[in-house]
Amino acid sequence: MTSTNRHPTQAGFLEVRDLTVSFPTATGRVDVVSHLDLDLEPGGALGIVGESGSGKSLTSLAIMGLLPDKATRSGTVRLDGEDLTAMPESRLRRVRGDRVAMIFQDPLSSLNPYYTVGAQIEEAYRSHRRGVTRRQAHRVAVEAMERVHIKDAAHRIDHYPHQFSGGMRQRVMIAMALTTEPELLIADEPTTALDVTVQAQILALLQEIRRDTGTALVLITHDLAVVSEITDHIVVMRAGECVERGPVESIFSDPKHPYTQALLDAVPRIDDEIGALRSLTTTGGRP
Amino acid sequence: MTATPLLQAEHLVKEFPVSGTGGLLSRGDTFRAVDDVSLTVAAGETLALVGESGSGKSTTARLVARLIDPTLGTVRFDGQDVTGLTGRDLHAFRSEVQVVFQDPFSSLNPRHTVERIVTAPLTYQGRKPPGGSRAFTQSLMERVGLDPQQWQRHPAQFSGGQAQRIGIARALAVGPRLVVCDEAVSALDVSVQAQIINLLRQLQAEEGFSYLFIAHDLAVVRQIATRVAVMSGGRIVEEGPRDRVFGDARHEYTRTLLAAVPRIRPEWEARRRARAAERAAAAPDPVPADATESVRRGA
Amino acid sequence: MPRYLVGRLAGMAGVLLLVCLFTYAVFFLLSPDPAVQVCGKSCTPERIDQIRMNLGLDRPFWTQFLSFLGGLVSGRTYGEGANAVECAAPCLGYSFQSSQSVTDMIWQRLPVSATVAVGAAVLWLLVGVVSGLIGAVKNGTWVDRVMTGLTLGGLSIPNYVLALVLQFVLVVQLQWLPFPQAVPFGEDPGRWFLNFVMPWIVLAVGYAAAYTRLTRANVIDTLQENFLRTARAKGLAPHLVWRRHALRPALTPVVTVFGMDFAGLLGGALITETVFGLNGVGKMAADSIAKNDQPVIMGVTLLAAFFVVIGNVVVDVVYTVIDPRVRVAA
Repeated sequence: MTSTNRHPTQAGFLEVRDLTVSFPTATGRVDVVSHLDLDLEPGGALGIVGESGSGKSLTSLAIMGLLPDKATRSGTVRLDGEDLTAMPESRLRRVRGDRVAMIFQDPLSSLNPYYTVGAQIEEAYRSHRRGVTRRQAHRVAVEAMERVHIKDAAHRIDHYPHQFSGGMRQRVMIAMALTTEPELLIADEPTTALDVTVQAQILALLQEIRRDTGTALVLITHDLAVVSEITDHIVVMRAGECVERGPVESIFSDPKHPYTQALLDAVPRIDDEIGALRSLTTTGGRP
Repeated sequence: MTATPLLQAEHLVKEFPVSGTGGLLSRGDTFRAVDDVSLTVAAGETLALVGESGSGKSTTARLVARLIDPTLGTVRFDGQDVTGLTGRDLHAFRSEVQVVFQDPFSSLNPRHTVERIVTAPLTYQGRKPPGGSRAFTQSLMERVGLDPQQWQRHPAQFSGGQAQRIGIARALAVGPRLVVCDEAVSALDVSVQAQIINLLRQLQAEEGFSYLFIAHDLAVVRQIATRVAVMSGGRIVEEGPRDRVFGDARHEYTRTLLAAVPRIRPEWEARRRARAAERAAAAPDPVPADATESVRRGA
Repeated sequence: MPRYLVGRLAGMAGVLLLVCLFTYAVFFLLSPDPAVQVCGKSCTPERIDQIRMNLGLDRPFWTQFLSFLGGLVSGRTYGEGANAVECAAPCLGYSFQSSQSVTDMIWQRLPVSATVAVGAAVLWLLVGVVSGLIGAVKNGTWVDRVMTGLTLGGLSIPNYVLALVLQFVLVVQLQWLPFPQAVPFGEDPGRWFLNFVMPWIVLAVGYAAAYTRLTRANVIDTLQENFLRTARAKGLAPHLVWRRHALRPALTPVVTVFGMDFAGLLGGALITETVFGLNGVGKMAADSIAKNDQPVIMGVTLLAAFFVVIGNVVVDVVYTVIDPRVRVAA
């Protein structure tokens, strides 16, 4: 299934080949991601969609080399031709948070409650830029916060995560990711925990950052409408495997795989009732 | 609306103490989660209460279901004031109004079997399940689309969608006239969510009860509501028939909310449906509705 | 912050008052007649009545309780005329058996108890936290399992058994330590120190085991936190991930427990002091129980309760400094 749907290989910026992640269980090893290929060109935006248990979040951790100790990984992850899976940990650390940055689903628990947001943003910058002074790092942090439209950044930088709203915390996470001007931003369900109006703002911010800096984006989400709005290529995952891949328009207007078709049928639509949920048509006439 | 509405809440207010503000003698600050909310639910209709986190929608649901007591205001059910009910009268009210919660697993006791969970509301009220406990459980399971042979299983042996079906079966056990769904489909995967929405609508068509449907997802609300009330900051800012609210929102906040919902482009959607129709005509063998759930169960 | 502090202190005063009332009531209701004890063996009923009146024991409970509170605040006089005894503030009572005010008796012995408590606390903090960290890092390996076994042993061995074993091994067999003997610090600091080594170890073992478990569990929990994933995703070096992001959140709860444990110990380590013959508050309590000297027992009980209540407030205040979530919310 995977090979027939494989996109013609281009000399990509991010090139994942045959990525397999497995965990030991009582009955032997279980593959939670199996033989996954991903391609992303510089500045491109790739959406990975799937329901819970599809392995989409583990895929992002596998790319970053941040899997739990119990997990085993095989396959290659090439960034600009360099294989991240073959790199020693010390070199990989210089890639993480510098060339590739990551943001997560729950911004509150993803920030350390004991430090100000400024300290955490500065830490990200200083760990990748040797010899910068505190003052320089502070200036970069304030700029990054202004960049993600946090008002009164010079003052807010000394606040702690719990003093921010959910959306503002996610902006802090994005600011932290931006200080090193990464070539790739991996966003794992970045708006799932947020209210819909805040989600719209964060998605707009991600779009704006892509436009202004040319950062490539991998967006991992369960929300088909979200990926349809901000990515240009899509990989649909189910139970660790890619079931379908392609440009966003062809996936949404002409899905080939029955699972993708069923998934799109199930999406509740705000502009339409009857027929939106295919199984609903049976009782559609009687609200 | 001339007849008495099934549920009528008037000027509900709920204040919570703010922790850490009160001293030994002084009364602390309070936070007004629900601020003068009035709503009605007619027999057989679905009122959706939508809003973002902190809007007070869930607190309102709890007030209406008498899970918590209002600071001010009254709740009338079937014309009767039920705000101050206690003891036996409250039990009687509970057999009219049931709640389905968001997280199916945490709202079902993991140590109990389906039979015990489903018959519990009757047991609390000292009623015997009609036709015997097992037969009653099995008929309920059938109605919510579960395999009746699994009446002895425990919640952990079911998928999330199936567990939510158990929660619905429990609510139906007492034959309620109002079911409060508090984010009942929010935690579910999209394919499972569609099935549960479908089930809720089908049950309403069969039984004729009303829903008070609490949700933050406007697209879900569009699929199930008869009327919609939009909450923000503890107040209802707009209320009306579903298509009027979605098609011609009057309040600024409702418009912001609607505009923020991510959408799949309509032209892509139209093309997809045209292709699907073509395919269906060519080979009348659609994917079984339960395909995705069976995959989840296996995984 | 000041408002928070004022509230806490007011609450503390209220709790202390209730503790006094409760303790006083218990001793008032349960203990044998103090007048009989004061009177001695050759005693006539008339004499007992006389003593009762002198000491105010014939007055109602509330009156007596108020005089007790008054004594706490500004001192009081027991008895009348030639038999009168002064009890200076804060007066916790008067021991007629030893003809001394309870406050003085405690005051003389508190330094010994404090020495035992401080030394043991240093020891158990060091051992407990370090081995807890090792257990967390080596989670699931044989090192972890051995340490789990040791902590279980440490938790279950009774103090007095451990004391006897240590004395036998360290003093009798190996002769690493001299025979325990009270030596004032000013006379011979070396001997003074050696004299306390065994009490410290004995008292610290149980706590060290508990702190090992606590630290291990906290660190393992913290390592699962999402912000640790963020720290790694930032590309921080492992020692920075540990030092900045794992240790501080993991060790903060230890502060709470430590404050309470330490405060509890200032009221005297009854068994350890008794076994090693250290003349501290704990040993005094044990002796007083044996002699049924109830003003002393009550005084020590109150003292211990005071320390726990005050320790609780100190921990809360310290928390506002080390945990920004508490600080800024308050």
